[in-house]
Amino acid sequence: MINDMLSYFADAANWAGDTGIPARLGEHLWYSFLAVVAALIIAFPLGVFIGHTGVGKVFLVSASNVLRALPSLGIMTLLVLLMGIGLLPPLAALVLIAIPPILAGVYAGVANVDPEVVDAARAIGMKDSRIILQVELPLALPLILGGLRGAILQVIATATIAAYVNLGGLGRYIFDGLAVYDYGQVLVGAVLVTGLALVLDGLLAVLVKVFSPARLAIAR
Amino acid sequence: MRLLKLPLIAAFSVVTGSLILSGCSDPTAAPSPTDEAGSTTLMVSSANFPESEIIGNLYAEALKAKGYSVETKFNIGSREAYIPALADGSIDLIPDYTGNLLLFIDPAADVSSPESILSALPKALEDKGLSMFTPAAAEDKDAVVVTRATAEKWNLKTIEDLAAHNAEVTMAGPPEFKDRPVGLPGLEKNYGFVPSKFEPISDGGGPATVKALVDGKVTAANIFTTSTAIPANDLVVLEDPKNNFPAQQVVPVAAKDKVDEGAQQVIDAISAKLSTEELIKLNEQVSGEAKIEPKQAAITWLTDQDLLGK
Repeated sequence: MINDMLSYFADAANWAGDTGIPARLGEHLWYSFLAVVAALIIAFPLGVFIGHTGVGKVFLVSASNVLRALPSLGIMTLLVLLMGIGLLPPLAALVLIAIPPILAGVYAGVANVDPEVVDAARAIGMKDSRIILQVELPLALPLILGGLRGAILQVIATATIAAYVNLGGLGRYIFDGLAVYDYGQVLVGAVLVTGLALVLDGLLAVLVKVFSPARLAIAR
Repeated sequence: MRLLKLPLIAAFSVVTGSLILSGCSDPTAAPSPTDEAGSTTLMVSSANFPESEIIGNLYAEALKAKGYSVETKFNIGSREAYIPALADGSIDLIPDYTGNLLLFIDPAADVSSPESILSALPKALEDKGLSMFTPAAAEDKDAVVVTRATAEKWNLKTIEDLAAHNAEVTMAGPPEFKDRPVGLPGLEKNYGFVPSKFEPISDGGGPATVKALVDGKVTAANIFTTSTAIPANDLVVLEDPKNNFPAQQVVPVAAKDKVDEGAQQVIDAISAKLSTEELIKLNEQVSGEAKIEPKQAAITWLTDQDLLGK
């Protein structure tokens, strides 16, 4: 099995064309990117609103937990049956799993800003919009990035389900391999997904670190 | 069929099947050995999908009605699990499908026609210590299926007719259909059929595949002949005159010398009445909206066919 995987990687033919490894990696990243951006558009403003005003905290916690509990493959299958095959069902399933960590990160980041800092900002005449943009969000950045990091990892790991229907991505290797009991090929998909997740996580970890000192500097 | 079934379920069922089997191959748990008085308890079994369980119930209920002592152990797994179970006596009778059963025993077997399968199968089974009864006309095999509208627009009867429209045809099927010898490679060899695009959908010809076909996202799809989606959506199964897809007639398989002649006649009477249409109807009752228990559906069918009479 390991040997099958290695020889798959070694075969130049598997690296070329629109079904080659780079193309599949590209598709995988593209689906993941779309899902994370869509999740940001939904979850970011919501998280800021709830964090800033404190309105709907209970709703956030319960809704977020419900979303986390949803099985992605089940959601996607349901959507495929409702909408037919295409990019939308897997994307929607990925957006749903990306929302909770982003929402939690943004909300927690904004809500946990020291109230004295917010009061001080208000005292020098800042309006709510400026408080959010110039005080709360910069202070919340590490937690926001942490949430984003979690979301990206989950999406990368789960984007394999896109291959359940007629799409590409690294899941193609897993579903196609399983279909013909070619476990070497399954392993190719698994290793690539794992590698991609680790590399991205490393990059994001650096990013989060880079922004942490800024927070400390401002907080002092 | 089941050559192209959901791989995850297949992999899982091999595991669970062998777990169950390791339990039931225990000699103390095995059914009592044959004796000539005919007081044997027959262990009737099925593979791990609804259609097999329905047919298993047909066998079991008919035998019970004729006064045989019957035990059932359904859903025991895939061929990897139940063929050894038949051979070691843990189970006595199970429905299978001719083409795939022969290929399972002898991967190099000639499955190019229903006749070649039926002539090779008894011998192949005997070598394993198994025997078969008369196969039914009912067949659950892979097929190329199109909508009624497509069939009428292009005047399609066979897969070869579809090949004339290669450039306009997209096809959905499970991923393995792309590479399996009976899948796209076979269709190209036999009919020159090469769809312009192949859309893999990993639900084994299930609802997502049917939806893609009915919505017009694809022109043709690989769906099994006993799928209830075919009558439900008025789909057209294209003829396969060159037998690209091996014949898959329902065939009762038994442990050798375990099932006496009288019981064999009971089973043969079922096979004689079991057509593909009847099997679709049974599937519809169990897997469709009604969700009738396989056992109940079997009893109703046997009653309707007058096979439960004493």
